[in-house]
Amino acid sequence: MQDVAHASAGGHSHATAPNPVVDFEVQPRSYHHWKVSYEGPIARVAMAVDPAAPLRDGYELKLNSYDLGVDIELADIVRRMRFEHPEVRVVVLTSANDRVFCAGANIHMLGTSSHAWKVNFCKFTNETRCELEEATAASHQTWVAACNGTTAGGGYELALACKEIYLQDDGNSAVSLPEVPLLGVLPGTGGLTRLVDKRMVRRDRADVFSTTAEGIRGKKAVQWGLVDAIFPRSKFDEKVLERAKALVTAASANLPTGERKGVTLDALHPERTSNGRKYRHVELTWDDTTRTASLTIHGPTPDDVALVERGADAIVRAGADVWALRAFRELDDALLQLRVNHMLVGLVAVRVVGDPSCAQAHDAALIKARDHWFVREVMLHMGRVLRRMDNTSRSFFAFADKGTAFAGCLLEVALASDRLYMLDDTSSPVHLALSEFNEGALPMHTGLTRLQCRLLGAKPQLDALVGRRELLDAEAGDEAGLVTVKLDDIDWDDDTRIAIEERASLSPDALTGMEQNLRFAGPETPDSKIYARLSAWQNWIFIRPNATGPEGALTLYARPERPQFDWSRV
Amino acid sequence: MTSVNVDLNGKIPNNVGLSEDAKLQRALEGWLPRYLDWWNEMGPSDFADKPVFLRTAVSVDPGGWAHYDYVRMPDYRWGIFLDPGNGPATIKAGDDAGKPAWLDVPGEHRNALRRIIVTQADTEPASVEQQRLLGHIAPSLYDLRNLFQVNVEEGRHLWAMVYLLHKFFGRDGRDEADELLLRRSGNADKPRILGAFNQPCDHWLSFFAFTMFTDRDGKYQLAALSESGFDPLARTTQFMLTEEAHHLFVGETGMDRIIKRSAELQKLDPNGDVRAQGGIDFDLIQRTINYWYTYSLDLFGGEVSSNASTFFATGLKGRYREEQYSDHLALEGSYRLPVIEGGRMVENDVPLRTAMNEVLRDAYVADCERALRKWNKTLEASGSPTRLTLPSRRFHRHQGIYADHHFDPQGNLISAEQYAANQARWVLVPEDNTYLLSIMKPVYEPGKFANWIAPPAKGIEGRPMDFEYVKVHA
Ligand SMILES: [Fe+2]
Ligand SMILES: [Fe+2]
Repeated sequence: MQDVAHASAGGHSHATAPNPVVDFEVQPRSYHHWKVSYEGPIARVAMAVDPAAPLRDGYELKLNSYDLGVDIELADIVRRMRFEHPEVRVVVLTSANDRVFCAGANIHMLGTSSHAWKVNFCKFTNETRCELEEATAASHQTWVAACNGTTAGGGYELALACKEIYLQDDGNSAVSLPEVPLLGVLPGTGGLTRLVDKRMVRRDRADVFSTTAEGIRGKKAVQWGLVDAIFPRSKFDEKVLERAKALVTAASANLPTGERKGVTLDALHPERTSNGRKYRHVELTWDDTTRTASLTIHGPTPDDVALVERGADAIVRAGADVWALRAFRELDDALLQLRVNHMLVGLVAVRVVGDPSCAQAHDAALIKARDHWFVREVMLHMGRVLRRMDNTSRSFFAFADKGTAFAGCLLEVALASDRLYMLDDTSSPVHLALSEFNEGALPMHTGLTRLQCRLLGAKPQLDALVGRRELLDAEAGDEAGLVTVKLDDIDWDDDTRIAIEERASLSPDALTGMEQNLRFAGPETPDSKIYARLSAWQNWIFIRPNATGPEGALTLYARPERPQFDWSRV
Repeated sequence: MTSVNVDLNGKIPNNVGLSEDAKLQRALEGWLPRYLDWWNEMGPSDFADKPVFLRTAVSVDPGGWAHYDYVRMPDYRWGIFLDPGNGPATIKAGDDAGKPAWLDVPGEHRNALRRIIVTQADTEPASVEQQRLLGHIAPSLYDLRNLFQVNVEEGRHLWAMVYLLHKFFGRDGRDEADELLLRRSGNADKPRILGAFNQPCDHWLSFFAFTMFTDRDGKYQLAALSESGFDPLARTTQFMLTEEAHHLFVGETGMDRIIKRSAELQKLDPNGDVRAQGGIDFDLIQRTINYWYTYSLDLFGGEVSSNASTFFATGLKGRYREEQYSDHLALEGSYRLPVIEGGRMVENDVPLRTAMNEVLRDAYVADCERALRKWNKTLEASGSPTRLTLPSRRFHRHQGIYADHHFDPQGNLISAEQYAANQARWVLVPEDNTYLLSIMKPVYEPGKFANWIAPPAKGIEGRPMDFEYVKVHA
């Protein structure tokens, strides 16, 4: 018998390994785990995980199993495909291993990870899969899974994020979600949700499938809707290519304008100090003793606005230097740094520095050029970064004091925060301002705008705000329902300090749970279900003894002892 | 259980109560015609109408399991037998060792058991497919008959496994039984499950090496399954082992007879050149040993295996002759395993349960070493200076922790370039086939043997050497 997802040569210890400092920026020339090739409108992304290059010591990445390092590269591929290869219409996701497409998340990595590491790992991988889906839905880049071997667990979940799934029919290759029967946890990267919500597999069949460790192959996989088609081994590549070509035609309809010449994403090169990272437009500093961080974003300058006002061609020429792309890439990196490398930081004080009118003018010019593919990609990217912020388990307090300019796309940063404190001082007035970016261009995972979400029970206030473009002082902002606490300059220092100290004293777990419940008022979508329902259950299961206790199934996987369950249903 | 011996359509000898089991009858009625179609398409080619002096098991009584007579192969009575056992069975290994064995499939182990049975079952028709053309170049009627005996018994082994699938695994089991007839050895699109069963077996040197080494893997897998806590599986495989012993005999003595003949030809030739005398030289024999032994080693699965651990822990499989051990839990011990770390060999201790594949492989390797000693005795007795060896178990592997590295036959870690440079000296290459096929012409005259193989020590079931074991001219 061959093991499907066996990933260790033994001798491993199950003690939690120390977490390395993770760098989320990678360059294509230094990929360890993927082979990417391009042929006209079709790109081929082949998983070729190097077993000897895990992110942390203590496990080997056998059989195309992945860890955070593998997924950071995949996220980079998905992102660069959109910016650097706009000529690509179809991406075939496959494996360079001739027996295994992907065996899923590395189980020994999970078994030796702290709870926080597991949660961050799952969250990031979920975000990557949502990005991949968004590329299919919004960027005319259709991802197709060509499962040329065993497709197990996270491997099948990765395939589920693609628009179509093709499985090799060789009597052996199966798709499976063995997490429940083998590991006592859930398929945590959207598998259960996409099974019933996206592919609309019948729930009773999904139940059978998700409890059958060996999975389902061949015709039955097609009949049940688990894959779109099966092709024999000898014809697999040819048939997949045939399908890819057909999809190129479909994905080429109604393309945004602009010459399909890629824009290279350069490295960010932040200045690193012992307590901070300083980027061009963003600065992050942290203080582990007070468990707080400060995140400052510099809005667009008049030069930035002038550039954008020259139109799409000028914007493409500026490429990765365009403020809207650069600043949001920096914000993205800062958020990821916070999540994974600064676990003690509980509260982030957010400031946006600049001129609100300038920000409004910038937004208006960018929106004007939005028919161009590159501008469109820049805007989609901004939306993803803000959604990453929505999903970040830190308290965010936005502080609109002297010199700040929460306006337009950067007002979203305040709306994504848990509270907005605003200085009310007539001698140095502060303003908020809206732009079209607050009215649908940067949706949340629920599909709502952050304004809609915030003013869910205040339709008149919402209606009054839409289209309103004058600067809003503290008074007006408060009336409009944007300001949490309005403070004059006498109270500002004390009250904000106390608010921060009070917040930092509360249970971090309870705060995470509370914030995640309050941030997402309104309807659910498959994406929001993945981050809420699926992730919440998974995170609960992850700390339950039946999974991670000394006799839990995840702990004992590949160990000589069998798991012992506490049979009481909770 | 008593022997019932009532047939389905007068065809299926059995002791599993088939005549009273309407569900099983219905399943087999559907499967039997498909099985015969498969046999006619993929079984031994062109000998369907020839009477063969075959052994048929008609009951499990001491006198019943070896009934000899002339039979045309498609008329062979493929039976279903469980070893009668002695008294209530217990679980032999793992966490529940000592408790009563399961007479039915426990739900929690259903999928794993089905997988185990399907994987074993798939090897049975596979080897028939691999060997289907060999009858045309048989070195004697004696050998031709042995080939067909092995073939029909592999067919019966498929029946034995299909019985379990039909009887205990419902709809899924029936689907799997059908798929066993659809996969094809060596077919790129529908390959057999395990690697060795997709390798071509083009000539009799490979046939003897296959029955020596690959069937011997089967013996150890069956032996481990005969320790299963699932009683019907344990008793089915127990009975299969009696037939498997004959396949191993064919392989081991076949190799021995070639070795003996090559030693004679070596002596006969003025330059000691076996090939000049139309025989099979010892380098080629050694390459064949290297090739089939290592492919067979792969069949035992990963050196460190969570599946192996689970199968042992849950009592689905035991070790070879589990009764020889006093500790059936195997939770405490560890197994010292040479592994490659950072480009060099080091030894790691792994938990014993996760090393159960390796424990079984150890028993197999020891058995193969015994056969090698015997063959070398033959060489010694013939006055030949040549000695044959078993390669290291790290050499030429396609599964497990050694598969991604290169080793020489002594087990030393070498580079891919070094391996490529020596491959033709170490394992079978296409030119070997060309030579072997050039010397292998059919010998169908009773009592006559091809030049490249010595006659056996004695005939079958007391029959003389010139007995017409297959009536090829009938
Ligand atoms: Fe057999
Ligand atoms: Fe056999």
